[in-house]
Amino acid sequence: MTRYSIFSLVRNGFGGHRDWPEAWRSPDPKPEYDVVIIGGGGHGLATAYYLAKEHGVANVAVVEKDWLGGGNTGRNTTIVRSNYMIASNAHLYEKSMKLWEGLSQDLNYNVMFSQRGVLNLAHSDPQLDAFARRGNSMRLNGIDAELLDRDQVEAMVPLLDCSDDARYPVMGGLLQRRGGTARHDAVAWGYARGADSRGVDIIQQCEVTGIRRDGGRVTGVETSRGFIGAKKIGIAVAGHTGHVAAMAGLRLPIESHVLQAMVSEPVKPVLDTVVTSGAAHCYISQTDKGDLVFGGDLDGWNTYAQRGNFPIIEHVTAAVLTLFPAFSRLRLMRAWGGVVDMTMDGSPIIAKLPVEGLFLNGGWCYGGFKATPGSGWVFAHTIAQNRPHDLNAAFTLERFGQGRTIDEKGAGPVPGAH
Amino acid sequence: MTGQPFRIAEGGRIDRAKPLTFTFDGRAYQGFQGDTLASALLANGVRVVGRSFKYHRPRGIVTAGSEEPNALVQLRAGGRTEPNTRATCIELFDGLSAESQNRWPSVDFDLHALTGLFSRFMPSGFYYKTFKWPAWMWMTYEKFIRHAAGMGRSPTVADPDRYDHRYGHCDVLIAGAGPAGLAAALAAGRTGARVIVADERCEPGGSLLDHAATQGGPSAPSAAADWIAQSVAELEAMPEVTLLRRCTVFGYYDHNMLGLLEQVADHQSQSQSKADPFQPRQRLWQVRAKQVVLATGAIERPIVFAGNDRPGVMLAAAARAYVNRYGVRPGNRAVVFTNNDSAYEAALDLAAAGVAVAAIVDCRAEGGALTETARAQGMDCLTGYAVVAAKGGKRVTGVTVMALAEDGDAGGKVTGGRRAIACDLVCVSGGWNPTVHLHSQSRGKVRFDDAIAAFVPGESFQAERSAGAARGTFATAACRAEGAAAGGEAARLAGFGDTPPPAPSGDEPRQAALAPAGAPLWSVPQAPGGHGKRFVDQQHDVTAEDVALAVREGYHSVEHLKRYTTLGMATDQGRTSNVIGLAILAQLLGKDIAAVGATTFRPPYTPVCLGAITGRETGRHFAPTRRSAMHPWHQARGARFVAAGMWLRPQFYARPNEAMMDAIHREAKHVRQHVGMVDVSTLGKIDIQGPDAAEFLNRVYINGFKKLETGRCRYGVMLREDGLVFDDGTVTRLSENRYLMTTTTAHAGPVMAHLEYHLQVTWPELKVHVVSVTEEWSAIAIAGPHSRAVLERVAGGIDMSNRAFPFMGFRQGAVAGVPGRVFRISFSGELAYEINVPADHGLFVWEAMMEAGGAFDIIPYGTEAMSILRTEKGHVVGGEIDGRTSADDLGFGRMMSQAKDFIGKHSARRPGLVDGHRQQLVGLTPTDRKTRIPRGARIVAEPIGQVPKSGAATPVGMIGAVTSQCYSPNLDTPIALALVERGRDRHGEILYAASPVAGITVPVTVRDPVFIDPQGERLRG
Amino acid sequence: MHLIKCPWCGERAEMEFTYGGDGTLTRPADPEAASDAEWTDYVYFRDNPRGPHEELWQHASGCRRWIKVRRNTLTHEILATGPADRPLEGNAS
Repeated sequence: MTRYSIFSLVRNGFGGHRDWPEAWRSPDPKPEYDVVIIGGGGHGLATAYYLAKEHGVANVAVVEKDWLGGGNTGRNTTIVRSNYMIASNAHLYEKSMKLWEGLSQDLNYNVMFSQRGVLNLAHSDPQLDAFARRGNSMRLNGIDAELLDRDQVEAMVPLLDCSDDARYPVMGGLLQRRGGTARHDAVAWGYARGADSRGVDIIQQCEVTGIRRDGGRVTGVETSRGFIGAKKIGIAVAGHTGHVAAMAGLRLPIESHVLQAMVSEPVKPVLDTVVTSGAAHCYISQTDKGDLVFGGDLDGWNTYAQRGNFPIIEHVTAAVLTLFPAFSRLRLMRAWGGVVDMTMDGSPIIAKLPVEGLFLNGGWCYGGFKATPGSGWVFAHTIAQNRPHDLNAAFTLERFGQGRTIDEKGAGPVPGAH
Repeated sequence: MTGQPFRIAEGGRIDRAKPLTFTFDGRAYQGFQGDTLASALLANGVRVVGRSFKYHRPRGIVTAGSEEPNALVQLRAGGRTEPNTRATCIELFDGLSAESQNRWPSVDFDLHALTGLFSRFMPSGFYYKTFKWPAWMWMTYEKFIRHAAGMGRSPTVADPDRYDHRYGHCDVLIAGAGPAGLAAALAAGRTGARVIVADERCEPGGSLLDHAATQGGPSAPSAAADWIAQSVAELEAMPEVTLLRRCTVFGYYDHNMLGLLEQVADHQSQSQSKADPFQPRQRLWQVRAKQVVLATGAIERPIVFAGNDRPGVMLAAAARAYVNRYGVRPGNRAVVFTNNDSAYEAALDLAAAGVAVAAIVDCRAEGGALTETARAQGMDCLTGYAVVAAKGGKRVTGVTVMALAEDGDAGGKVTGGRRAIACDLVCVSGGWNPTVHLHSQSRGKVRFDDAIAAFVPGESFQAERSAGAARGTFATAACRAEGAAAGGEAARLAGFGDTPPPAPSGDEPRQAALAPAGAPLWSVPQAPGGHGKRFVDQQHDVTAEDVALAVREGYHSVEHLKRYTTLGMATDQGRTSNVIGLAILAQLLGKDIAAVGATTFRPPYTPVCLGAITGRETGRHFAPTRRSAMHPWHQARGARFVAAGMWLRPQFYARPNEAMMDAIHREAKHVRQHVGMVDVSTLGKIDIQGPDAAEFLNRVYINGFKKLETGRCRYGVMLREDGLVFDDGTVTRLSENRYLMTTTTAHAGPVMAHLEYHLQVTWPELKVHVVSVTEEWSAIAIAGPHSRAVLERVAGGIDMSNRAFPFMGFRQGAVAGVPGRVFRISFSGELAYEINVPADHGLFVWEAMMEAGGAFDIIPYGTEAMSILRTEKGHVVGGEIDGRTSADDLGFGRMMSQAKDFIGKHSARRPGLVDGHRQQLVGLTPTDRKTRIPRGARIVAEPIGQVPKSGAATPVGMIGAVTSQCYSPNLDTPIALALVERGRDRHGEILYAASPVAGITVPVTVRDPVFIDPQGERLRG
Repeated sequence: MHLIKCPWCGERAEMEFTYGGDGTLTRPADPEAASDAEWTDYVYFRDNPRGPHEELWQHASGCRRWIKVRRNTLTHEILATGPADRPLEGNAS
């Protein structure tokens, strides 16, 4: 692997950039691997990377039906945060946050992790109560959190409508300064390059069509490029988890939904923080390129199509303009949808499945991107050690039957409500 | 003010009798009615109009349409300023002001252009390879990157303009009003079908408007112009046809729903717009069409060569539009560079308009159908040649031409000597891409057509078809015939009779085949020793070398290419660059373009103003505001209001010079000592009727309802099917088979849907009807020791005595003469009643009760005092019923009936809901009885010190959380409700309420959650 | 935007409806007798198919009836609609 640095960049600059090697190989699948990861998105690639790096398991293939990073990794609004109240969530996402903080260096690939802060707006007294409770939980769990009053919010986000007669008057906010954004594609590419250089085979254009079992344990995957043997199989196919799990005969507490995101045309910097509003149902930030990126609610019905409809675009845009009236004359440049697997409690499943050798990492709902490093890290541990790490011990499939759901929002078994 | 040195003396669709003044970068110019900003700038000889995104290179005008990648300006100023506006789409109006973007200090001298000096170190994706050390410096690097990027500037104040929404339903929607679209509209309209035809330009006619033959005028009558005029007149006379100008069909969604953006007033000056106060700036249409015809035309694409971004390098069709339609010479001496016939038409039109055509460089060895015509006019046609480089800085000064080798691969190979040709205009045509965006958005397939080297519509998925240039048919007559057929078919499928296609007109404008012959030339390689940048995506400064680098580094899929190089991600969404990028990628990978695949077309087709998407439902109107019937009274008494969901409720009623907390404490105290009234109209009310109503209630509440007698109320708790608490409220049996349920304000809607779900889906056999009556009734709670006495004065017909009307009783009767319902229920823990009267009479009854209470010193109280009273009484609300608590957690365990099934019962006995670690509801008081218990505090077992903003060094175990807290004026101590692990076993224990965000930890004593009157003597008295 | 045919009101826009998820669920007739596994299956587990999906919608801003809809989750085509308290016509596949 050619190390990326300012020096290699300058050296190549004089050489017309003709000597850069491929960031990853395009190998043919071997007959068998110790571990096959289904899904070449951020989570799958990170899992492969940490299997090789942390556990010495390098005889690993990542099989991807299309092109790596082409699913939700490349479709989200790139927000990174660990501002959770429930302890199991808080510790998992905080592990991820700590990995983010050194990720560009670890991967030798700049993922542009920008700790510009994530600010949740409070519009009512009960919300201030809830934010105080969450902020207190975060601080006690070892995570940074600050409760801001209205003046502090206004100073931080000057274009926000903080007037008294706003439809949702701003009463304060919960700020996590270490939160922010990262360049989503770079995360997939960086992990792919890192995993590849450690010997992992990344096999693109290879769709898994079946999971082969011998008695109670898995033996490999049927794919569009033939059978690939595997001692262990990890599923990391956000949005399609239910479909792939069905290949192993499993039903899941998951519904697939479409979540839309949109970007405006680029403008010079006007928003330096990630701002979210639960009352208005939207979140917004500005990319380094200058686009405003925003999103909101699900369209609200089961779908596997990466397309949503106009009412949600209308609603989310109205929410953005309600908070930021000055953005009215900017233009929507692009809108797209990603298929998210919504669980019955809004939290993911990172666990061994009832079939020996089969592991699941899915059900990330809205929030998979920020979890990418942590998710890969604990999933690698779970696969390599055949048991969960303390950090993901609570994220089982059995929790639903046991009444031990991890319901940050308290919305109950209605996937679209989380 | 200067003249218009590049204006042609006559011709074009501009009105020379209507001169308009405008400014660009502060300098005043003149143009004419009918100009775009782009044509007016060209007429005035302005060539550099902006700077590129990455290298800040000077850029000029490339197109004459909405596909423009370069000529983006900041239009208007102040609250109406609008960044990244395409000069080619801005219709000129008097007083228009625009500025160039992304430059400092000026567009002609931009210091950021220095980055161009380092461009060799800034290939695509360079930022992924550097800026990594030291880690903390990234935020600084990022700041510089952000400021260099970003193009135009956002407004910083609210938009003064207004936007409307309109919904349309039609039989046939036609996108585009060029030859195909107009023909389709006529064919469909003549059947009597309801037709909407929309075109993004200010007048119908499409590309015909750009042709010399369409310009007409007294000296040259034009069949094409006549046809357009007659077609438009006929369409406008049809009552069922709506012809929308300046209206872009931007999105094609599911079930034939399309989005249209009509730019109603963007072409007007402020004073013109003001003339009609009801006119919005833009109008967004959502149209549900039975059938759709896509007649969206085609977009010319450039050819890539070194220096192809220099101002003065323009698409051939754009040059043609400028001379013909706008009467502007985009240059004095042109070189035309093409791989197809269409650019010859441009050359001939340019020559006719007095532009010297220095050469036509045609990469095809044999030239094309018009080569001889051009030669006959004395033009130098270099067939088998290519432009390898354009020279010049802020404007092109000449080109270098070389022969193309016979044995060149698809990418071409240049050979032989170089020939320099001086020119100030280069007109390029690399072929035409049918505008398949809407077809693709509708989920239709696209396929690559080798004959025209472009993507064309394949199989349709929704009820749509393409016609004319949009499906790769370029000859005008054929476009009209196809349009007529498509329009007729669409109308027929929508249920309207067949029409014969209109007879083709005999006088067709000249229209040669536009398709490139053989393998098209996509990009011209560098001449030996050449190093000029060869731009694929001009706005984002993506070069052919960048594409090659991406491929070299393994970014082989189209999506990787786009994302790694940012090709096609700019405001023009790669309209003129995507296919070329794809072709270069295919060449480098040695694959067919079809095998490499197209990227997905996503809405919107062109960027849509956020204000238009939103319409009027923004700001104050984003969500409805609900007010009770008594709202005016509260307002008149100085109530401060607080939002409760969509409702506005009085929070407290401050007296003159009374501080907020003083008012709240006064109200809370007064209720317990005297009497007060609170508006509770916001509580959900559901009327439940039918012979199975009792059975139904029994199934939805944890406690039994079968034995509830007529005239009695009962408190009930509802679970979700997962066994956690959903809502609480009361049920009153009004008569034998009729009940009234109340819900919390927040859950009024969800509870109603929950009841309907179970009645209609789970137990359809139950004979029960439910209806929400929240809005039908005004509800007033009166509480305090004197409440009975007050009520006796206004509801004399009801025996109020404790024996006749006990706690949890219900009576019907007149209240202040209004037929009403009186419930003896209490949220505050005092002797209290709730009165419901028809909403229309709510204000009257409220006032009558206030008056009757005068003798007892009655006061109104708000939600804050109400909250204190209920906290003192230990009643749970949203903080406790947070969707994670079980009935037992909240102390309702014993209410759960063992004798019946109910929603959530099975779930409620799962191990996680009954184990010994559940957090249970308790009361807390500070050990010093003075310090306020902080909101949202977490309960910890041991005292802790300060926790820094960055969080505790080691996580601290939490055993509970404060859910409600207040100062109790009646007990003169702060109190709180909390959920604490095994809390019911801890009464008397000292724990700690820790709030790191408030910087305080308060020692608290755990106790029963009912602080006042645990025996209930007051409310039963 | 979906166009959904309410059996009582005719074709109406999606925004008049709210979504109710899987329409094939049956609440165990005797919850006391149901095993924990059956119960968990009812409350939490879903088929979540790619393709035809039988689901519930409520015509919330219309007649407030819950209705059954068979809709393709890959294409969003609506294949059938009908009242919630009886099986939909036609086969699911």
